[in-house]
Amino acid sequence: MAQKPVDILAVGLQKQYGDIRALQGIDLSVTHGERFGLIGPDGAGKTTLIRVLCGLIRQDKGTFQVAGLDGMRSIRTIKSILGYMPQKFSLYPDLTVGENLRFFADLFHVIGAQRQSREERLLHFSRLGPFWKRRAGALSGGMKQKLALSCALIHTPAILILDEPTTGVDPVSRREFWEILRELSDRDGTTILVSTPYMDEATRCHRVGFMNEGRLLATDTPDNLIHGYPYRVIQVHGENLFPFRKALETIPGVRSVCALGEYLRVSTEKTDAVVHAIGDRLTHAGATGFRIRTVAPLLEDMFVNLLESGRVS
Amino acid sequence: MAAGIEIDHIPGSSRKAAFRRLTAIMRKEFLHIQRDPRTLLIIFILPIVMMLLFGYAVRLDVKNISLAVADRDNSAESRQLIRAFEQSGYYHITRVEHGDWDAHDIFLSGEAVAVLSVPVDYGRSLSEASPRPVQFMTDAAESNTATIAAQYAQQIVLQHTLATWDSMGLGHGRSGVGIRSVILFNPELESTFNIVPGLVAVLFMMACALLTSVTIVREKETGTLEQILVSPVNVGEIIIGKVLPYVILSSLLGILVVVFSMHHFHVPFEGRPVELALFSLVYLLCALSFGILISTKARTMQVALMIALISTMLPSVMLSGFIFPIASMPAPIQLITRLVPARYYLVIIRGIMLKGATMSDLQEPLIALGIFAFVVLTVSVKRFRASLE
Amino acid sequence: MTAETRWAVETHALTKRFGDFTAVDNVDLQVHKGEIFGFLGANGAGKTTTIRILCGLLRATSGQASVSGVNIMRHPEKVKPLLGYMSQKFSLYDDLRVIDNMIFFGGVYGLKWKPLKQRIDHVSGEIGLHHLLNRQVRGLPTGWKQRIALACAILHDPAIVFLDEPTGGVDPVSRRQFWDLIYGVADTGKTVFVTTHYMDEAEYCHRVAIMYQGRIVSCDTPHTIKAQSGDPTLEDAFIRLVSDRIRQEV
Repeated sequence: MAQKPVDILAVGLQKQYGDIRALQGIDLSVTHGERFGLIGPDGAGKTTLIRVLCGLIRQDKGTFQVAGLDGMRSIRTIKSILGYMPQKFSLYPDLTVGENLRFFADLFHVIGAQRQSREERLLHFSRLGPFWKRRAGALSGGMKQKLALSCALIHTPAILILDEPTTGVDPVSRREFWEILRELSDRDGTTILVSTPYMDEATRCHRVGFMNEGRLLATDTPDNLIHGYPYRVIQVHGENLFPFRKALETIPGVRSVCALGEYLRVSTEKTDAVVHAIGDRLTHAGATGFRIRTVAPLLEDMFVNLLESGRVS
Repeated sequence: MAAGIEIDHIPGSSRKAAFRRLTAIMRKEFLHIQRDPRTLLIIFILPIVMMLLFGYAVRLDVKNISLAVADRDNSAESRQLIRAFEQSGYYHITRVEHGDWDAHDIFLSGEAVAVLSVPVDYGRSLSEASPRPVQFMTDAAESNTATIAAQYAQQIVLQHTLATWDSMGLGHGRSGVGIRSVILFNPELESTFNIVPGLVAVLFMMACALLTSVTIVREKETGTLEQILVSPVNVGEIIIGKVLPYVILSSLLGILVVVFSMHHFHVPFEGRPVELALFSLVYLLCALSFGILISTKARTMQVALMIALISTMLPSVMLSGFIFPIASMPAPIQLITRLVPARYYLVIIRGIMLKGATMSDLQEPLIALGIFAFVVLTVSVKRFRASLE
Repeated sequence: MTAETRWAVETHALTKRFGDFTAVDNVDLQVHKGEIFGFLGANGAGKTTTIRILCGLLRATSGQASVSGVNIMRHPEKVKPLLGYMSQKFSLYDDLRVIDNMIFFGGVYGLKWKPLKQRIDHVSGEIGLHHLLNRQVRGLPTGWKQRIALACAILHDPAIVFLDEPTGGVDPVSRRQFWDLIYGVADTGKTVFVTTHYMDEAEYCHRVAIMYQGRIVSCDTPHTIKAQSGDPTLEDAFIRLVSDRIRQEV
């Protein structure tokens, strides 16, 4: 099988703001046509990494390449083939949908018939056509997001970098948005690097990088990451289980107990013995009407595990 | 093959594309101005209001000064002198007494702001070699009016003396009365003539420094600056594209103000308009550079507005010689005025409009402005680049 | 006035209009005392407006609402001492120490020095802040700021706490720990009213209301909502409910 070319390559990227080490040596490679998700909390360094790759800020150490071009020497060429959508809505709220699109078309020198056909295509997928004359500031959150994406796509970039594009957007728009991203990479072969605070969005990526405190903790496909989770998850369902949480924490083999509404999620090293022990303890403590079953771990379990083991060491 | 993307031609590298980007930014800037008419209102209405205000209400030349007269002489000559005051148009006589009274009370009651006291024997002493002096007192609580009132009074008394001598057939060569001041270029002492050039100076500063800084900071605030920086656009294109619309607007406005003032207030234009236009560009460049410099420091539009007002607008009004003459400022402040570009521009525009000065007359302020423009522009563009990091 | 009632929050046909825009549209809510009530919806769905009305910060255009049995339309000032509020931005004074922040917020609610000191001691223990009391807020990690904000919100021992997007931008470990604290708060008998746009987080709540374009689309336990629509996750259920609503409108 032929090796797919690497579109984004970062080697040992470091960036420091005063005392804050925003990037502490990031190595990353995203191959052509891949959807790569950067997952991590605020302050993990996702935005800094993205801003370095887009040439908006300069790294202190390390190098990077975009489409095989050196990030330091060819940044202007890189910018012309890159599509970027920042975290904050960054279009002109006082300009209409059409005026915003046209402005970005001009910036990337997309003109004439080419512009027309691309505008049509973008309006088609974003369904913003009826709002052509509406001011961008008056669009709903989901529509703003789609307009921002349309502006980032006006020059049909080969590589698309998005910084938390769906934060605060309603789930319907969020799903639509990811559908568009999926089409872009699967059908058009666009390489996508996207950051998100939502764990569930990570599963929509080919590969995921967990980021925290300026480091990439793990990089793999979501399935592999979940399979790499070293513990089993037992879920107890019932009403008002929270008070019994402490009773379960002391069972030998239990790593952690986490209350989740009507559930208690228990991470353990062994299963069968623990399932029995949980039943015993709960009954002993006076709980009734609960159900115990083993469930598949979530990506979030893996991330929590990585964070905790990182904190211990 | 290292990359999956073949770059056969680099979009955005051609000159045509650069021009397209520049016009795109300018076009967008005009759209912003159109969308937010408040900006337009500020730059169009404010100078016109200021001009009308200065042209009519805030006249620096004083008319209708209330005057109380103590005529202790009560002779034909003294009455003639009083009539001369009345007819000058500058004074409005509220009261004439023939006895003794206290000027202090008159000032306190506000009955008059000036008192003319004609001494006994004034009429008779006029034919003598040194006539008895008349006393003129002013209420200097309003110092500007007081000074000007006293100046006018001097003129009137002098004229009256000379006229009397003429009628008596006495020659002009008489002792002590050789002075005859002549006021050139603005013989009517019309303050509008001085206001209009000053207004143009302030206007350019406002439109360029203030609005430029605000428009750049707004893009920082909305995050759009970052968005367009990730396109092939470069810093120079952004600056020029954002600034040029304001240059065009303020130039149009400058022309409007000058033409309006020529027609409405009959302000003269003695020099060559081309020279004024060219030199104005140097001043505009100064103002713009200040605007860019401010935009690198300010994070929000409010802050930009405040800095611009304090650092460019106020000095242009207060320290340029627009309203207060530089020569009468204390020495340390005079030194500070050397750092105010409007000071030099005022010399240039007053020179060209009122005196018909040409380039050779204006070398000094031109060089000063040129140095200003060069230094501030260099620093501000450098800072701007650095601030994007 | 504080008549015994089983509802911590109760609204009838609560409506708020801004000009011709209806931010909150005929909302009926009933929140049990002592429960963790999740208020879900996208940015702009009307969540914050509703909370601001319930906290007495904003007057409703029409409808009725009471918090802890107090009618907020008639006595907005009487409601305020009964509730705690933690905003999205954690509204802490960055340049002050943790303890100064707590003294300030306690003082705002009129706590006298002695009981205030006791409460600070008690709440710090509950939330695990003792070791941080003398630290300046600035420079503390987001997860800690979030805890301090929670501590300040419950210092005056309110009957109900409103938490507006408390976990935005926090890492998953801190998020789980924070929810542990929320369960702890609910365990002491306080009602917790929490907004979030993380659908998975809604699973932590006893009951949830899903808000869309100013209206309540559904209000029940996460389990029931999922069971009724037959979806595996609350997010899927949300999408189905909202799509149904859109289809009805068309």
